[in-house]
Amino acid sequence: MSMNTQGRPTAPGTADAPVHTTFTGNKALNMEEPLIFEIGRSDICGVDLDEPEEFTPRLGSHARQSGLDLPALSEPETMRHYVRMSRNNYAIDSGLYPLGSCTMKHNPRLNEKMARVPGFADVHPLQPVSTVPGAFEVIAELADWLMKLTGTSAVAMSPKAGAHGEQCGMMAIKKAIMEKGEDRSIVLVPESAHGTNPATAALLGFKVVSIPARDNGTVDPSAVIEKIKENEGKVAALMLTNPNTCGLFEPDIIAIADAIHEAGAYFYCDGANFNAIVGKAKPGDLGVDAMHINLHKTFSTPHGGGGPGSGPVVLSERLAPYAPLPFIRQKDDALEVVETETQLEPGEVPFGRMTAFHGQMGMFVRALSYMLSHGSDGLKQASEDAVLNANYVRVGLQDLMTLPYGENPCMHEVLFDDTFLKDTGVTTLDFAKAMIDEGYHPMTMYFPLVVHGAMLIEPTESESLASLDLFVATLRDLVMSAKRGETQRFEGAPYLAPRRRLDETQAARKPILRWTPPTPTDVEPKAAAE
Amino acid sequence: MRYLPLSDSDRANMLAQVGVGTIDELFADIPESARLKELENLPRRKSEMEVERHLNKLASKNTSASSVPFFVGAGAYKHHVPSTVDHLIQRSEFLTSYTPYQPEITQGTLQALFEFQTQVAELTGMEVANASMYDGSTGTAEAVLMAHRVTRKKKAVLSGGLHPQYREVVEGITSQLPGGEVVSLPADPMGTEDILAQIDDETSCVVVQSPSFYGQLIDLKPIADKAHQHKALLIAVFTEVVSLGLIESPGAQGADIVVGEGQSLGNPLTFGGPYVGLFATRQKYVRNMPGRVCGETVDAEGKRGFVLTLSTREQHIRRDKATSNICTNSGLCCLAFSIHMTLLGGSGLSRLARINHANAIKLADALAAVDGVEVLNEAFFNEFTIKVPANANDVIEALAVNGVLGGLPVSRLEPGQSELENLIVVASTEVNTDEDRAAFVEALKEVLG
Ligand SMILES: Cc1ncc(COP(=O)(O)O)c(C=O)c1O
Repeated sequence: MSMNTQGRPTAPGTADAPVHTTFTGNKALNMEEPLIFEIGRSDICGVDLDEPEEFTPRLGSHARQSGLDLPALSEPETMRHYVRMSRNNYAIDSGLYPLGSCTMKHNPRLNEKMARVPGFADVHPLQPVSTVPGAFEVIAELADWLMKLTGTSAVAMSPKAGAHGEQCGMMAIKKAIMEKGEDRSIVLVPESAHGTNPATAALLGFKVVSIPARDNGTVDPSAVIEKIKENEGKVAALMLTNPNTCGLFEPDIIAIADAIHEAGAYFYCDGANFNAIVGKAKPGDLGVDAMHINLHKTFSTPHGGGGPGSGPVVLSERLAPYAPLPFIRQKDDALEVVETETQLEPGEVPFGRMTAFHGQMGMFVRALSYMLSHGSDGLKQASEDAVLNANYVRVGLQDLMTLPYGENPCMHEVLFDDTFLKDTGVTTLDFAKAMIDEGYHPMTMYFPLVVHGAMLIEPTESESLASLDLFVATLRDLVMSAKRGETQRFEGAPYLAPRRRLDETQAARKPILRWTPPTPTDVEPKAAAE
Repeated sequence: MRYLPLSDSDRANMLAQVGVGTIDELFADIPESARLKELENLPRRKSEMEVERHLNKLASKNTSASSVPFFVGAGAYKHHVPSTVDHLIQRSEFLTSYTPYQPEITQGTLQALFEFQTQVAELTGMEVANASMYDGSTGTAEAVLMAHRVTRKKKAVLSGGLHPQYREVVEGITSQLPGGEVVSLPADPMGTEDILAQIDDETSCVVVQSPSFYGQLIDLKPIADKAHQHKALLIAVFTEVVSLGLIESPGAQGADIVVGEGQSLGNPLTFGGPYVGLFATRQKYVRNMPGRVCGETVDAEGKRGFVLTLSTREQHIRRDKATSNICTNSGLCCLAFSIHMTLLGGSGLSRLARINHANAIKLADALAAVDGVEVLNEAFFNEFTIKVPANANDVIEALAVNGVLGGLPVSRLEPGQSELENLIVVASTEVNTDEDRAAFVEALKEVLG
């Protein structure tokens, strides 16, 4: 029995909770927080800064004339503002986050600690090379891990996220093709691909030709060969995700790679799903020419509510010469940093540069910390556990939910379609929103596009057996509820989240993308009696 | 392994439930020839203590900016970040959340993005801002591609005051585009180039950095006017966002897209990344803008809430017709930026900017008093270029040996141009003390002596 501060025992009340509204709109620990612009003031500051002594500015005619109307909060108000906001967020640290294709695994705090060591966090990308040997050693050591884990001979470290890595790999491919004096304008992309694949190809001026999936959810080499024939001499590359976005390892990947190479084209592999196969297979052994690795997925760097990420691209020997600047050259026992074209040696023909500086150092330190912690044995175990967890969820649900490609093993994520919801009046979206009320972040929904009402569940290796059991039981309860016709549980869901369903149509039709001061007519006087 | 919750007996039970005898049966689709038994030539697992020891050893080989008089800028700046910022961004709910795809349970991230967009729009003097790019350099390349979409032209004119690595990023991508053309003007330390002469009817956009890579402040208004006469866009770039506290906003000078690096607020140097690209434009171009945007709406009960919106521009909906391929951006770095900006407010930022400017003036005067040293820029913010009577690279190396990190020799990024070989780009922020400046001057005298 809990005690109140007077030492008098409290007893649970007997009354049913009334529909309870509060004066503040708060719900106990769940508090409404206004925008900074509504609570901040222009005459306070959360940082103590003394005005400099009198001086004559040297701004020429460039001094700011226009206003800078941004209010401030003091430090305690700032803490409260963001802490309150943070409570409206779901996070891995608070619960299972089965967002397929996103690998929401545990983010070790050791990584955070190491990334903040001044020797990493407080060094400048352009301070003399002689004053930062340890930074280049980190990059080289991480590169070594990535090459060994993938069985490749080169890696471009600078790309800033997965899509940026795709762009890097495809630019290397384009450069290789240009160097050969060829004109290849087509990139083959399976229908199940992530949106960044076709977007990247198109960004670089390629035409995207899509490849249908066969009935078992994987790519048929003969479909690839057919497209190669239809576009004789024009195919630059295939972009294939492996394991694919249906959670399946492409069993014919070697035959596909061979066909692509025979046609004089390159094999780009989207490595977003590498977490399934670390220590189990090396992409280099599968004929891959370029593959990005999302350090923010497979190697546990935190996703931070949308980033930052890091997307190094491993390269085959054929593409290695075209890797972008900057790169590190191993010379005898020393590391040489190559930042400009004047430093190039014969055989090095970089296609250009992806970004200023050297890439996402903060993410490199975190990923290396993760790899060192796991070691080769731990990394393999992590992949095995990720795959085991996904399959455990699969067998726990496959009698009630529908697997589009039959009751076969999956890799690190399991894909269901919405056939099981047929005639229930409940959609994939409703189902996902009802999970929110149960305390779960929904799975990835409506992706990949190749199955109807897709639900892609990736539990990751970070979940315990008890956690998986509760998750499976919860989904089973939801499915049964839908089948019993309890549509109310779904239609309006979520009921218990900080917000009910949001009007996305209105948001897109009349975009309000920033706060603006209310005009006098916006401000309605509150009725006194309320 | 400390990060894995399954025990061996859990694994055995689960394999039985799944109906397989061994874990390898679940990997049966991997072609026989490619199946690995073991990862060779890599170390085995390590305890926290061992990992710390190893990484600390590597870190200790680097000279950290706070440990010496430090004057390197050129696109990344050493500022003091309030302790609150790093504490808040390490809140689990911010740190370990994904992109806010389910708005009902990610209002924290979404509200922060809405506030961030408002701050960026106000700072740059623009109408709308997106929810970040990877950094200033990639944002600049995206801005050029956006201008090509808006104008349906493909020639970009890049000022010689643009950061050389930003220029290379733009050139890299545009050189691969069918019909893409880039006119890059020669290095322009003093801001004297005649960029107006380069703008014609073929021009899609003009890219101008102010303060420039060399620290020079540039008048954007005439460039905007000329660009608009030729139906081209002005892309205004900055690498030092603190400058906007003191110099006129690019929006007020007629820029169509403003893009820059936001690292200076909230984000440590971290050897170049992760940083945060700020990207703002006019309302009329918003549907051509790259990247995610957060918008205000209401929920089923009429309560204000925020969502990612205008996603019909984006890769997950439009695929090969998307305005950009960006997916993951710089979420947590935006948050850090926004928290720091919130602590400062507009007037705090202006004060911070004045301190930076005052410190840079003191340093410029002190350096100009050294024999043979010339300060090239008359109007600058917290960064300027000096000419030394010796090879700049040698000077910087010698200064480093003397315990001073004295700036960036221009030739490191622009090698092989004799007229640049004696130039150093020097930055001074609020972190520099009178002692730091004195140490720099003394060391420079000695090195040049
Ligand atoms: C299969 C796949 N490819 C590519 C990407 C893009 O990666 P990023 O978000 O890091 O740019 C993702 C992640 O969202 C993905 O799931």
